[in-house]
Amino acid sequence: MAQAKIKKKAEPAAGSEGTTAEERQVLLRSMLLQRRFEERCAEAYALGRIGGFCHLYIGQEAVGAGAMAALRADDYIITTYRDHGQALARGLSPRAIMAELFGRSDGCARGKGGSMHLFDRSLNFLGGHGIVGGHVPLGAGVGFAIKYRGGDQVCLCFMGESVVNTGAFHEALNMASLWKLPVVFLIENNRYGMGTALERASSIHDIYLRAASYDMPRAYVDGQDVLAVRSATLEAVRRARTESTPTLLEVRTYRFMGHSMSDAVSGTYRTKAELEEHMKRDPIMVLRIQMQEAGEIDDAGMAKLDEDVKAIVQDAWDFAEASPEPPLESLHEDVLVETST
Amino acid sequence: MSTVTYRDALNQALKEEMQRDDRVFLMGEEVGVYQGAYKVSKGLLQEFGEMRVVDTPITELGFAGIGVGAAMVGLRPVIEFMTWNFALLAIDQVVNAAAKLLYMSGGQFNIPIVFRGPNGAALQLSAQHSQAFESWLAHIPGLKVVSPGTPRDAKGLLKSAIRDDNPVVFFEGEMLYNTKGDVPDEEYVIPIGQAELKREGDHCTIVTYGKSALMAVQVADQLEKDGIRVDVVDLRTIRPMDVAAITASVRKTNRAVVLEEGWEVCGVGAQIVDHIQRDCFDDLDAPVIRVHQADVPMPYAKNLERAAKPDVAKTIAAVKKVMYLPD
Repeated sequence: MAQAKIKKKAEPAAGSEGTTAEERQVLLRSMLLQRRFEERCAEAYALGRIGGFCHLYIGQEAVGAGAMAALRADDYIITTYRDHGQALARGLSPRAIMAELFGRSDGCARGKGGSMHLFDRSLNFLGGHGIVGGHVPLGAGVGFAIKYRGGDQVCLCFMGESVVNTGAFHEALNMASLWKLPVVFLIENNRYGMGTALERASSIHDIYLRAASYDMPRAYVDGQDVLAVRSATLEAVRRARTESTPTLLEVRTYRFMGHSMSDAVSGTYRTKAELEEHMKRDPIMVLRIQMQEAGEIDDAGMAKLDEDVKAIVQDAWDFAEASPEPPLESLHEDVLVETST
Repeated sequence: MSTVTYRDALNQALKEEMQRDDRVFLMGEEVGVYQGAYKVSKGLLQEFGEMRVVDTPITELGFAGIGVGAAMVGLRPVIEFMTWNFALLAIDQVVNAAAKLLYMSGGQFNIPIVFRGPNGAALQLSAQHSQAFESWLAHIPGLKVVSPGTPRDAKGLLKSAIRDDNPVVFFEGEMLYNTKGDVPDEEYVIPIGQAELKREGDHCTIVTYGKSALMAVQVADQLEKDGIRVDVVDLRTIRPMDVAAITASVRKTNRAVVLEEGWEVCGVGAQIVDHIQRDCFDDLDAPVIRVHQADVPMPYAKNLERAAKPDVAKTIAAVKKVMYLPD
């Protein structure tokens, strides 16, 4: 374990060094696509096109974009039910995601999963999972499989901060550290587990410190700064890939919307003033300002980017609306597979 | 044919499948260095090493989920629960993950995993260690549920379970591990979903599975001395259930007793009776009777435990009742 002790001190990751202007453009575009896509999700939900539970990622886009930028194409991602932004950042087709949200046959899960369960095997996107904490052992299991095969991929396991209080989290992190599994456990600390503030749920408020229980490397990073997220994730990914050592990375962010589409944005468990204070650090604005100051984008460039992204989202909407409902015979499909061996 | 214990039959199945396919690994508490809490995994650590025979901390929820994650990306885990009583801690991974991922991913992620371990009562282990959970998991679409009663079935079905591309829940019996039976020397598998007639008769059908199949055979042998000939339908698999085997037998005998270790309410037997009433309504000469555990947590005291469990005498009484014979 001597190697694993390298980065025990938490340090907020530094700024934009290590990215090219082109990479920053890609990150900006990714975040903007997530934002515009989900704004239309909210509209579609209000119109009844999307049903069920729908948890928006607005405010947290830098986490998905930055973390995903640290991965290779053959790495794995597993995540929670708040999965639209991460799916887009990984490169799932906006059309297939929107069709899934609309419950249509061209959806990325053939209309069987919905908002909380986006999957794409071809991109190693192992799904949105709906039981808080339940997927964390799965993430460790993907790491186990990588190690079993002697591969050098990494599994990036997203979770919300409320997960750290579950038994599944504790059991998975203990085994991941014990067996040195190549997993990055990335906590998106958006401050609230549904309506319960972190301080009302966790005995430790600096939750990256939980990793000390497992003798696991740990760090925290500003989740509104996409470059910092990317940089911190890269470090954790490098440690997983080259040292087969897991990391607990706490990314401090904030959601600008309610827990899901069915609750108020503010007023009960958090104040409007608190929300407005956090919205001053909109992750898209943070990067845009950095890029503007560096002369990498101007207002016209931003407007053009926005138009491009909006067109992609409109195309996704049109595609979803045109996609047929799943055929009734698909009801009984995908329960079991025919065994081939 | 060789005479082999149920324990060794399972051990052979694990060993042969691990030799056959290097994606297969065994994970659970005490499976390696300790050689298995019930010695089912004896010798496997020595043959396959610690990457494929993995001792875990006491974390049913955790290691069951690690198995599911590994299966998502192409390995074929065999997850051993020291008993199914402890597996309740892991039921989220079995029900919400393993059984659901294929469906909610629209067919993209099948989960080739086996969850196995002893189920049901042993002797005087009292309430928390003497439970039969088949009905809980047989309730869940997306799972296959297997419960063999003989060494031959245990080996052939475990091999099929490991080769299956779906999650398979495999119920063994603590009281079965030492039982002996004939096992073919040559390679064989037994398909999941096929019942077997363990005794043939035309007076009454006993439908059962798992450990109770042994009891049913004893019942049949004893009744035969009185000239009562019983068909023993050993389901071997609970989901998917071989309904055709049940109905074929009941159409022949016109009478049925359903025997299981579990509790009565919403038990597997209730499902069997439903198939019989739907498919054999006009064939029945008497109402179907169920034999099962008393509707109480398992007591410790010997006499109370005996009173709570199904046994040969209770099953014989049930057969006589459906035949309208005096006790």
